[in-house]
Amino acid sequence: MGFVRYEENKSYSMRFSEEQKMILESARSFCQDTSSIEQVRKLLESAQGYEDNVWQQLVELGWTGIAIAEAFGGSELGIEAVVPIVESMGRNLSATPFISCTLAAQLLLRAASPEQQQRWLPKMVEGQIATLALLDNEDWGADNTTHQLSDDLVLTGEKWFVDDAATAELFIILTQYQGSARFVLVERNQLSEGAIKAHALIDETKRSAKVDFTGVTVSADAVLAADNVEAILADIKLIGALLTAAEAVGTTSSCLNLVVDYLNTRKQFGKPIGSFQALKHPSVDILIKLEGARSQVYHAATLFEEGKGEIERDLEIACRMAKASANDALLMAGDRAVQFHGGMGFTYECDAQLYIRRAQWSQQQFGDSAHHRKRLAPLLLN
Amino acid sequence: MNTDPDTLAAFRQEVSAWLEDNIPEDPGFLLPLTFMEVGTDEQLAFLVAWQRKVYEAGYLGMSWPQEYGGRGMPKVYQDIVDEELANHKAPIIFNTIGLGWAGPLILEMGTEAEKQKYIKGILTAEDIWCQGFSEPDHGSDLGNAQTRAVRDGDEYVINGSKIWTTHGPYGKYMILLARTNPEAKSKYAGLSFFLSPMQAPGITTSPIQKITGEYGFAQTFFDDARIPAECLMGEEGEGWKLAMRTLEYERSVEGGQATSYCLTSISSDDLIETCRSIQRDGKPLLEDPVVQDQLVQFILEEKNLQLNNTRGKLPDLCTDYPLSLMLSGKLEATELCRRMRQYAVSLQGAKGGLYIHDNDALDGAIWQHGYFNNFSATIGGGTSQVQTNIIAEHALGLPK
Repeated sequence: MGFVRYEENKSYSMRFSEEQKMILESARSFCQDTSSIEQVRKLLESAQGYEDNVWQQLVELGWTGIAIAEAFGGSELGIEAVVPIVESMGRNLSATPFISCTLAAQLLLRAASPEQQQRWLPKMVEGQIATLALLDNEDWGADNTTHQLSDDLVLTGEKWFVDDAATAELFIILTQYQGSARFVLVERNQLSEGAIKAHALIDETKRSAKVDFTGVTVSADAVLAADNVEAILADIKLIGALLTAAEAVGTTSSCLNLVVDYLNTRKQFGKPIGSFQALKHPSVDILIKLEGARSQVYHAATLFEEGKGEIERDLEIACRMAKASANDALLMAGDRAVQFHGGMGFTYECDAQLYIRRAQWSQQQFGDSAHHRKRLAPLLLN
Repeated sequence: MNTDPDTLAAFRQEVSAWLEDNIPEDPGFLLPLTFMEVGTDEQLAFLVAWQRKVYEAGYLGMSWPQEYGGRGMPKVYQDIVDEELANHKAPIIFNTIGLGWAGPLILEMGTEAEKQKYIKGILTAEDIWCQGFSEPDHGSDLGNAQTRAVRDGDEYVINGSKIWTTHGPYGKYMILLARTNPEAKSKYAGLSFFLSPMQAPGITTSPIQKITGEYGFAQTFFDDARIPAECLMGEEGEGWKLAMRTLEYERSVEGGQATSYCLTSISSDDLIETCRSIQRDGKPLLEDPVVQDQLVQFILEEKNLQLNNTRGKLPDLCTDYPLSLMLSGKLEATELCRRMRQYAVSLQGAKGGLYIHDNDALDGAIWQHGYFNNFSATIGGGTSQVQTNIIAEHALGLPK
């Protein structure tokens, strides 16, 4: 009986290595230097949403290869090392294609043949941008696709919400081939003119697009080897949920800083508005949601390390809880940040808008909170 | 002392086996869910005997120094015992004010004579402790406490009244916060801290009936009560410092308790079982997706708390607001518990209207009883609202 509890305690494990600490510190200072709020605003109207030289520096830091096997030139540190980087990016609203590339690499590591991996992963370590094209529409819960790859290897169909499509050199598409789901690779130069149509995103720091792959003919070696596509897709969606959660945790903490700074400086009725409990108490609610989400994220990161990338039940629970918690934290922070800034909060000039917009975008990536709670129910209640 | 995982696992098994053999039979009367509702002599006798048995088996005060009656072992041993007590749903260890608050305070800040005099009796339950902090007019604003203590030769003369005195009628000693200097330059500087006897001329207690219908609290009256001057702990004027330290033990911000097992915990597992047992439309309520969604949310929040506890030990992951995890634990845990219990009552249909003495009540109306009782946790030791102010001011740095 005692042992049951002891075993159960493993599902609360959390560690943070010296290596992760160094990564976190270097990522924090990198993002502070390259993604000040002025810089974030400057990029809002740019086509790609980030600067090439920043991406190049990030490549030189080795981050594009951080979770890729050493055989392909990466440092093989796993998702647990990606989490502090993504959290730091979220903290400074930095919007590079780092998450897109990380997920694409994770998919190739799971679904591609050794030859396919050898062909693409080293390029990705060196900074080539790759992205996933999974969705036919807005539904993260869909478990099939109507996208088609014909017997003679011609694609038909459009994909939605292809992040960073504007600069991606490689697209990994979820499609149907001979009656079952497959992943297939398409290079940028195979796309027809006008195939990429940018979405007008609510979050102006991010970039995503509709991409029409209709008419593209692929070679046989562009079809990824794996036929357990559903299982791989499920894993990738969970990793995507975790990374988006980590990013949202970073964003929530800087949004809370914005709120606290304003509450400490803005005066009404002769005193700082932060002395009013009507503002104080919801600020604590944000803090508490943030702390819970951050714990969930680093717990999930720890389970990735323990499982060496294998996704078991506990890790699925952790990723889903992390995403649901982080969604709720950032949604509340962004919402209250606007409200607490009063009239200024309603203006485009006030930075609160950046956070409330990010919150709306972020909650919808890899599933909103209700999506994850629904999927947690059978895992937790049986 | 060995704390490797195998040794600890073996110890856990030893404790578990001991509990299976030694947990008392159901005494046939209602046992208190928390240390705050010991209201009858038979309950008291039962709990005193149980605490003594646990102490004599070596499972209480394991981390307290040997010279005062503890075992001088790493705290993790006591943590394991506390977890196993909860796992086995053992009767509570009731002398909480001594074991959890006064005891660690005396061990940390008391004199050698105070340690010799008080610690052993706390562990054996020979000396039951109570707390005299809140007053009828000064609850959340504790710093404004007005009970007076005036030095008169070898004695202090106490006048005033304290309220919410848990174990008041049974108490042998009280940790008492009283004002020795009404003219001090701040309200805090005028306070002093006493380890006061309860059996002294001029000290009387009057029981208070609670929302649960039970007793367990009292109001304590001091009418020219005389206590020996040596009852003063520290110096005059140090009362606020000692009281704040006590609250850190009380709120589990600080470790050092002889046990933290002072209430029967009801967790999300119990809520799931309740939902499994209730039938609606020919199916267990557990299969209702609306109920499932709420349960998942509770489990998620419960896990947040447990994970926060783990993360609190990793300072590199607590750099944003270093005090926040430490300060918010009590608020979060007690509020989550209140919402879970309230929800569990709401699920029971018309049976949610039955109470503890009704044989048809679901599980002895444990949820109704527990929901009411939980207010002692969201109010006592600092109301949730005051806790939220503390977090806002000390963790977030917002102005007073």
